[in-house]
Amino acid sequence: MEFTRTEAPYLTPSVNVAGMMLQVLLALVPAALAHMWYFGPGILFNLVVAAVFCVAGEALMMHARGRDPMLALADYSALVTAALLAFAVPSLTPWWVTATGALFGVVVAKHLYGGIGFNLFNPAMAGYVVILVAFPLQMNLWVAPSMGDIDYISLSIAQTLVYTLTGNLPDTLTFDAVSRATPLDAMQTGLRDLQTYAEIRANPIMGDFGGRGWEWIGNFVAVGGFWLLIRKIIRWQIPTGVFLGLLVPAGIMYLADPSTHASPGFHLFSGATILCAFFIATDPVSAATSPKGRFLYGLGIGFLTFVMRRWGAYADGVAFAVLLMNMATPAIDYFTRPHIVGHPRGRRNQ
Amino acid sequence: MSAPTYDLGKLHGGIRLESGKSAATRNSIQKMPLPAQLIIPITQHVGDPAHSIVTIGERVLKGQLIAEPGGSLSAPVHASSSGKVVAIEPWPVSRRYGANAPCIVIECDGEDRAIEPAVTQAAYDMLSADELLARILQGGIVGLGGAVFPTAQKLMQALTCDLKYLLLNGVECEPYISCDDMLMREYAREVLGGARILMHALQLDVCYIVVESDKPLALQSLGEQLAELGDKRIVLKQVPTIYPSGGEDQLVQLVTNLEVPSGGLPTDVGCLVQNVGTASAIYDWIVHGKPLLSRVTTVTGDGVVNPMNVEARIGTLVGDIIRFAGGYTESAQQLIIGGPMTGKSMSTDLVPLVKASNCILVLSRAPSIGAKSPCIRCGDCAAVCPVQLLPQQLYWYSCADDEKKLRLHGLTDCIECGCCDLVCPSHIPLTAEFRVAKARIQEQADEKARAERARSRFEARNERIESEQRARDAELEQQRATAKRIGPAEIAAILQRKQQQQDKD
Ligand code: SF4
Ligand code: SF4
Repeated sequence: MEFTRTEAPYLTPSVNVAGMMLQVLLALVPAALAHMWYFGPGILFNLVVAAVFCVAGEALMMHARGRDPMLALADYSALVTAALLAFAVPSLTPWWVTATGALFGVVVAKHLYGGIGFNLFNPAMAGYVVILVAFPLQMNLWVAPSMGDIDYISLSIAQTLVYTLTGNLPDTLTFDAVSRATPLDAMQTGLRDLQTYAEIRANPIMGDFGGRGWEWIGNFVAVGGFWLLIRKIIRWQIPTGVFLGLLVPAGIMYLADPSTHASPGFHLFSGATILCAFFIATDPVSAATSPKGRFLYGLGIGFLTFVMRRWGAYADGVAFAVLLMNMATPAIDYFTRPHIVGHPRGRRNQ
Repeated sequence: MSAPTYDLGKLHGGIRLESGKSAATRNSIQKMPLPAQLIIPITQHVGDPAHSIVTIGERVLKGQLIAEPGGSLSAPVHASSSGKVVAIEPWPVSRRYGANAPCIVIECDGEDRAIEPAVTQAAYDMLSADELLARILQGGIVGLGGAVFPTAQKLMQALTCDLKYLLLNGVECEPYISCDDMLMREYAREVLGGARILMHALQLDVCYIVVESDKPLALQSLGEQLAELGDKRIVLKQVPTIYPSGGEDQLVQLVTNLEVPSGGLPTDVGCLVQNVGTASAIYDWIVHGKPLLSRVTTVTGDGVVNPMNVEARIGTLVGDIIRFAGGYTESAQQLIIGGPMTGKSMSTDLVPLVKASNCILVLSRAPSIGAKSPCIRCGDCAAVCPVQLLPQQLYWYSCADDEKKLRLHGLTDCIECGCCDLVCPSHIPLTAEFRVAKARIQEQADEKARAERARSRFEARNERIESEQRARDAELEQQRATAKRIGPAEIAAILQRKQQQQDKD
């Protein structure tokens, strides 16, 4: 009898990249639903736009690099990039803005670096930062959450769609009527204008801890995040690092002077903190690899986020913090190499 | 019954694998009847090859020496049954993945007549360590865990070290394999007896018998025998069921919390590790004069009709053993000698059972590793690596053939356990790559050594020529100096004297 000959080990891995990415997407579903509940259907349109352009960009680049596009598309990583971008942009965003971010993320940040596995930067954050700089006006157009006593004007599904496609609001409405500063924005400008923390928090867009609506979305993001932790798709080091890196300095400053610094709770439940900790910073390709390295990487992101929120030019520093730490990963990896069993302790293999 | 203890050191990484062992452990060890023909590979150990000492047509008896050790690291081979040597020819062997190696083919006469034991059996504790080791060498005993290192030489090396512990390895962490489990259940007395012989030979008084927690019956059987024996020096240790805690270095680390130095041996940290099967074989040989003629092997996998543990003669064809176990199922596709993590994949079942064969695994599917995609740096491979290597980095350097980086990142420390492969979401065949890279590095090192030898020989020759030249020059110089010192007249006189001398002759 003739038998097939292969190489040991003969057991097959039970995991694959596509499965991991699908689970990441699945874990974002509760947060996406919450997002639609508070901020309308905008995120859905953004998601479609981002997905179309991420996938198109990936297929195009694979083709240009002489590879089979299906090889890359089959791992769903382009869709994860699209989803993260859709969460990052305001719910009202014209399609070309989202598309620019998607294309930049996939084409430049991902494929010009060699495709998945070789990209130094997190594609979604790279794309986001580019549109943040290129389209400041659109990127600051956040609708107010649809909650009780806020005098919000909510757009209908059709109006949102029209805005996404054309960038035009219905004739009767102005930008000012539909948009609000984000809580982080309000906090940053408020503190800069020497308002006290308590005064700023009196703004109706502020919730119990962070921004209204935002805190609830945060909770749903966290649900997905914990699910990923349980599924071992992500490990605890990066989220823990991010939270500690942000909340410890925020806590110290708040304790030192509660009138001019936001509370750690505010930091935790505003902006993209939770999304970053569980979904953005945990992108394995652009993160450090060893457990210790990942903790440091998370800490760095948290700390830089805190610094930029307090003193930076943009309200939320998450994206910049991630990109900066992406650049630091080769160094982190180098200095956190594990001790090889059986090698002399204390001396590093060069 | 002596209860096992648990105080354990820590092992990095490893994985819990589905054991797949229950199918073959339902029944006791089945003795396979004598086959009509035995194909006995002349070399069944690592080290220097053995030499056949029989001729074609010669009649041999069971237990008769048929191949002699052929060097300082070697082991003899005995006829597993009586019969006639009909051929000494190349035959596919598992050690070479089904490629040929010289074998002695014996046509059995079915009488299974044993040779008279050459040495009268003294009680082993009357023998000195040297005598015991010499006996063990004659028994053809090699490590039966799969490594087949000649046991006598391993013990000799150990005697030169400062030993503290004897560890008997009953961990058998690889899925599917259960021959050691069954052996411990059914031959606990022999295992313990072997342990005592080893302790006597090595002058040790601590022996840990290490067994994985998924083998309660083996632990129980050993515990009962141990209680009967009342030997306080032997301690049972239960370790968690995590692959690959049965690797020698891993076992040492797990039990003693000491790291075997890179490139070193467990004896460097005072431990000697022996497989439980080896211990039992030592007992059989030293106490009963039975050399290593058969072994227990696990025949299992979803490609075998009746998975079981079989005790078969060395030299029995694997195909025959599988037939004994009910034959192949329809779906049988892959034949592996050894376990599913480190075993060797065969293209044919015409390979004989050898001392190393702890498992015959037939799987119904050839693993579909699928299209491999780029590494996503998830780090899971590093998390499970028992040696704490960075497989993703090693893979990178291996593809780039960067030997220096490979060495610095510990490629040579890789034990090829296969853990990294099993967790890689990109399905990168890391272990296979490392196996090739290690062979390549070894080859380069050999090449270098050869070149170095050639160079030093060449230099020695040059050196010799030069020094001869120097000696000649010095002589000439001296003659010249003498000539200068004594002046022309004297030289003329000398020449004249010489001339006269010659004339006289
Ligand atoms: S095969 Fe080598 S690199 Fe992979 S886990 Fe085992 S020891 Fe580590
Ligand atoms: S497990 Fe595979 S994908 Fe993950 S880091 Fe290792 S080699 Fe890369």
